[in-house]
Amino acid sequence: MESISSPSGTTINRSLEWFGDLGSFSWKVICAAFSRPFELREIFRQFDEIGSKSFPLVALAGAAIGTVLALESRSSLVRFGAKSMLPAAIVYSIIHEMGPIVTGLVVAGRVGAGIGAELGSMKVTEQIDAIEASAVDPYKLLVFTRVLACIVVLPLLTLVTDFCGVFAGWVAVALTDSISLHRFMDKGFSGVTFSDFLAPTFRTCAFGLIIGMVACFQGMRTRGGTAGVGRSATSSVVLASLFVILADVILVKLILIFFP
Amino acid sequence: MKPSIAEADLDSNQIDRVAGEPILVLRDVNKSFGAQHVLEGISLTVIRGETLTVLGRSGTGKSVLLKLIIGLENMDSGSICIQGQEIACLALKEMNRLRIKMGFLFQQAALYDSLTVEQNVAFPLERHTKMSASERSTRVKELLSSVGMEQDLKKLPSDISGGMQKRVGLARALALQPEILLLDEPTAGLDPITSGEIDNLVLKLQKEHALTSIVVTQDLQSAKTIADRVALLDKGHVVTQGSFKELAESNDEFVREFFHRDS
Repeated sequence: MESISSPSGTTINRSLEWFGDLGSFSWKVICAAFSRPFELREIFRQFDEIGSKSFPLVALAGAAIGTVLALESRSSLVRFGAKSMLPAAIVYSIIHEMGPIVTGLVVAGRVGAGIGAELGSMKVTEQIDAIEASAVDPYKLLVFTRVLACIVVLPLLTLVTDFCGVFAGWVAVALTDSISLHRFMDKGFSGVTFSDFLAPTFRTCAFGLIIGMVACFQGMRTRGGTAGVGRSATSSVVLASLFVILADVILVKLILIFFP
Repeated sequence: MKPSIAEADLDSNQIDRVAGEPILVLRDVNKSFGAQHVLEGISLTVIRGETLTVLGRSGTGKSVLLKLIIGLENMDSGSICIQGQEIACLALKEMNRLRIKMGFLFQQAALYDSLTVEQNVAFPLERHTKMSASERSTRVKELLSSVGMEQDLKKLPSDISGGMQKRVGLARALALQPEILLLDEPTAGLDPITSGEIDNLVLKLQKEHALTSIVVTQDLQSAKTIADRVALLDKGHVVTQGSFKELAESNDEFVREFFHRDS
């Protein structure tokens, strides 16, 4: 049997400790969420910080995946004589999988690093202690506002990724085969139902929860000066991205069960 | 009319305005971080209106002591009573009510770096008072003027010097008209002239606001200037307490070494 003092035992211990601390942290955030004041001004500031400022990045990422999907899928579909399926393949791939996961990963990178570094820096310079000493709950002011903003903003950013992906996919297809936008959309969305669109888009709320919670948690437990801030920023991105991918696997399975 | 803190807080403030009574009592307080015992059996009493200076070498737990008092750290055992309330028994809401009555100046000032000087001082007022924007602005200007920083309202903390940050931190600590002021190394990292200015400022503000203060420092000159009473800490214990003069004349080897290390 593996001893808990062995290197792998220590890793397991640390992992369990991390999850335990995350659970306790989450409970504090939940308690903070239901007490007054509701920090509306800070929530709207975070919508802008996390949402508006991620807009160009997710739009660009969406356009890139749309273009790549069009170019890659075209050669395969031509080989099997199914070129007419190209619009549907692009639209379905983007709406179902590529849009949500790319948005999740891009936001995990940009916002995860930002939150981890910002809260980490506040922690090591005692600004979070100063907030607490001022009789203000930092879990409400700093954490809940960011987590809520991530949850609300992720589906909206996914719509942006989807739109830019589909549009760039049309541009890429139109450059080689002359096809109007109207016809591309008609063919692309012909087999797409509302549930095809709804469940994948709203699963990004779970990605938002993961990104916000993990990044805030890593930021708030920062130790060790500026080096610690760097470690928090890096670990926020790595862990948030990892958990987004894991959550995607689980949620895709659940969506296939409940929306077959 | 001078804007005041929330009515609920004023009521409880008025109850305790009796001179000579202990406002803060620490009994047998212990605190460890892992295997490291930082504070062992600390007992101190602070009388309303006095300035207690806690002296000691680096790493003796002076700053931890202040953080225990304001509830930023939890003690392992012992008792801390502030205005008759045992803080270990308080829920977060009650602790926050008590925190409003305390002002805390952090060692590095801990100003919010995304907010201007004015916004930093206004922060506690926005949170805990029902002041209008104009009342708040007037109060912030008064506070900044009392610490000589009225010219730098719109500057960010990164645009002002360490001494100026301490002044702004002091103004923020005084924003809610606290009864107890906790100062963590107010003169650390400052040149002797600026240290002297900060000491004089602290003295002036203590007199103006009739504050009870606990000042943690390693600066003997600062302690001599502002302390009514001095407690000397070493290895997590209170070695001795008394007036600065009494300690300076002590025959105890450690106290002598601490007070006369240059001679």
